[in-house]
Amino acid sequence: MLLTVVIVLLDVFTPYLKPVKSQLSTISVPFYWVTNIPSRISEWGQDNLVTREQLLDENRALKEQLLIHQRRLQGMAAVVTENVRLRELMNSAEMVAEQVLVAEMIGVSSDPLVHKVVINKGSRDNVYIGQPLLDAQGLMGQVVEVGPFSSQVLLITDSTHALPVEVNRNGVRAIVEGIGDLYRMELRHVSNTVDIEVGDLLVSSGLGQKFPRGYPVGTVTEIIHDPGRPFAGVHVEPMAQLNRSRHVLLVFRDSSTAPEDVLTESDLSEVR
Amino acid sequence: MQASRAHNRWFILVTLIIGLTLSVMPVPDKISWLRPQFVVLIFIYWSLALPQTIGILSAWFAGICLDVVSYAIIGQHALAMVVVAYICLLSYQRIRTYMYWQQSVWVFVMVGIHQLFVNWVHSLTGHSAHPSQFLLPAFASALLWPLVHTVLERFRIRYRVA
Repeated sequence: MLLTVVIVLLDVFTPYLKPVKSQLSTISVPFYWVTNIPSRISEWGQDNLVTREQLLDENRALKEQLLIHQRRLQGMAAVVTENVRLRELMNSAEMVAEQVLVAEMIGVSSDPLVHKVVINKGSRDNVYIGQPLLDAQGLMGQVVEVGPFSSQVLLITDSTHALPVEVNRNGVRAIVEGIGDLYRMELRHVSNTVDIEVGDLLVSSGLGQKFPRGYPVGTVTEIIHDPGRPFAGVHVEPMAQLNRSRHVLLVFRDSSTAPEDVLTESDLSEVR
Repeated sequence: MQASRAHNRWFILVTLIIGLTLSVMPVPDKISWLRPQFVVLIFIYWSLALPQTIGILSAWFAGICLDVVSYAIIGQHALAMVVVAYICLLSYQRIRTYMYWQQSVWVFVMVGIHQLFVNWVHSLTGHSAHPSQFLLPAFASALLWPLVHTVLERFRIRYRVA
């Protein structure tokens, strides 16, 4: 019992148990593999138990979507070159081309208090601690523990997580905190006079050096001005589908650490 | 005799693995607080049925397994399981004579103690829940206890686990 208390305190307050934990996490991967079977079966069913018509329909819809996105991209190319030129004019640092690695979510923390997910990429794929994780809609969280084949990601809604953001409309900076609710976060220390409105998009500001700049984090859903309190209460709904996304993206900031098979932006343009 | 005994203890390990799997099974966010503590239930059963075999050390081992598998703080569940196992071993003679519903009430208290310790360790890292929330698993476990007891009892007799 005393030994256990010592272990608990060691784990909470010191980093000594980190390597042991990352090795032990290999043991837990099979359990998540087993509990993942039902969702994999349903995915297989969705892939294989459909009629030809459904497939054709889906194909058509996807093609239309692709067309729309391609049209947008054409516009983007001009914007990007213009942006680069303007940045050169302003002598500011050039944009770092980020690389992404597609990972799959294989488990969710069984403890409702802790918002963590397990993904199927680990140190074998050069995943590192602090690496940001995105889904198609926005920022999801950061890697907090890396095992050989899997790693754990702390979601932005966990009550121990906070990240620096800015309002997309006017660049007002703030810090968004998780409160342990998957559908709501809060802005910290926002004074009552700050220009922030319901519906504002918050993007990561990159000030914490952890998350890359400019990824959508959430939208403001409610602002409470209570004269009795020193700051305004701002509620934010996360953009990322934190409990639904299965396929997620790991962002590598430094391209030299990325493994071979990641997609770079030039690859994507070749695909296009 | 010795050989056959050793042979059948693997079944306890099997129930532990099943319990671990059930406790990391993904459930919808809405009912995630109602997930019974399967591993605790299973070890309460084993320490009542085989107090001479299942002791504090095996409960500690099960707790460590649960910590590793659920990516909790190492020792979090182990600490709670040790306390629960200790109380179980002190009182197994009395509890065995209870009826199911009385045992359920007692299981509620046991899992409640477990949750208390788990929540205490959680609060060290800044997560903490209201008692009305963290006692919900204890409630769900108490409701599930008759089923767990019946199933495990039947398998224990079938495989002559001793």
